Amino acid sequence: MSYSGHILPPCRWQYCAIQPALPLWKQIIEEDHRRFIIPSNMASRKSSSKRQANKDKYSVLLPTYNERENLPLIVWLLVKYFGESGYDYEIIVIDDGSPDGTLQVAQQLQGIYGAHRVLLRPREKKLGLGTAYIHGIKHATGNFIIIMDADLSHHPKFIPEFIQKQKEGGFDVVSGTRYSGNGGVYGWDLRRKLISRGANFLTQVLLRPGASDLTGSFRLYKKEVLEQLVDRCVSKGYVFQMEMIVRARQLGYSIGEVPISFVDRVYGESKLGGNEIVSFLKGLLTLFATT
Amino acid sequence: MTKLLEWLLGVSVVVTAWGLLTFDLLDLKVPQVYREVVWPMPVYLLVVFGCYSIATVGYRVATFNDCEEAAQELQAQIKEAKLDLKKKGLKF
Ligand SMILES: Nc1nc2c(ncn2[C@@H]2O[C@H](COP(=O)(O)OP(=O)(O)O)[C@@H](O)[C@H]2O)c(=O)[nH]1
Ligand SMILES: [Mg+2]
Repeated sequence: MSYSGHILPPCRWQYCAIQPALPLWKQIIEEDHRRFIIPSNMASRKSSSKRQANKDKYSVLLPTYNERENLPLIVWLLVKYFGESGYDYEIIVIDDGSPDGTLQVAQQLQGIYGAHRVLLRPREKKLGLGTAYIHGIKHATGNFIIIMDADLSHHPKFIPEFIQKQKEGGFDVVSGTRYSGNGGVYGWDLRRKLISRGANFLTQVLLRPGASDLTGSFRLYKKEVLEQLVDRCVSKGYVFQMEMIVRARQLGYSIGEVPISFVDRVYGESKLGGNEIVSFLKGLLTLFATT
Repeated sequence: MTKLLEWLLGVSVVVTAWGLLTFDLLDLKVPQVYREVVWPMPVYLLVVFGCYSIATVGYRVATFNDCEEAAQELQAQIKEAKLDLKKKGLKF
């Protein structure tokens, strides 16, 4: 990875104010590099052995696209629950050039909670969820990674439970599940429940994946495990989530589960949708034939 | 082995067993009564599996938890968060 911020003369930043401004996402990348990446890399090299010895750190990846209303709330909740449980953490916001100004809101949040808690790793345009995770992982400094949606359908209150579960069983992956125990959903009509349960049953029969919720995307991974999995996964959309779990099993990783309640998004709209059923079936059959 | 191959293997084992018995391909002198029972077996199995599937999915749909409380809790927290964030200077 090459950052041009390095080699440019320092006076460049004075020009910026006069010249037509760089797009915000680019400003943030360059500025962040100058201010934070270099010092934090140096700092972590010195203290990493100490940190690994006695302290785990959790990097939460929040991919966002038009989530200006949800982002402050999810960050607030994350800060609340991490604060109460006392684990070390960072929140990495990966915004794909949302036209609604999500990134400006994220900047404000960074101002409020500090640049070591809220990291901005924006990209120029909408490049999809899968690559957003890859992009986020590259910048994560934690030894565990938590993946969740930013639309409040995944509640941060479950994260301490995920962490507890992981510690209990030494799991490589801990997956939230809507389908077992006290897990469940809110705001779903009968049709949606039927489709969801039917699709899940079919998946269980065909793939026997050893996990009850394959399409959910609220999960905790050991960082190196996630890197391995992401390398191997080829699907797009939320078939990606299915593939991650199936491949995890294939590679012999252990999977723990925590029941979660999934509350439909209150603000904004879903970006997937469309031909969800068709793409689900295609993905399922592909996995069926190839794994 | 892929899941597809596992399935093909399973299905071919069943089909072979069924063929051997129904048509007595190995000349085992399988009594007529047995052959009459085995002959429609695949259809029975399919029907049973279909019923099992429908019953299971139906039961799971009916018992799918509605997280009313979680939704209410979230609403309350959203209010609290908005107030607090405003205090901290966030402009929505
Ligand atoms: N960075 C990025 N985030 C995305 C993209 N598509 C969706 N998201 C985010 O991914 C999460 C899940 O998306 P959502 O539309 O809620 O999908 P659904 O829950 O399956 O309906 C949300 O936080 C979105 O803002 C994308 O292309 N890039
Ligand atoms: Mg969603």
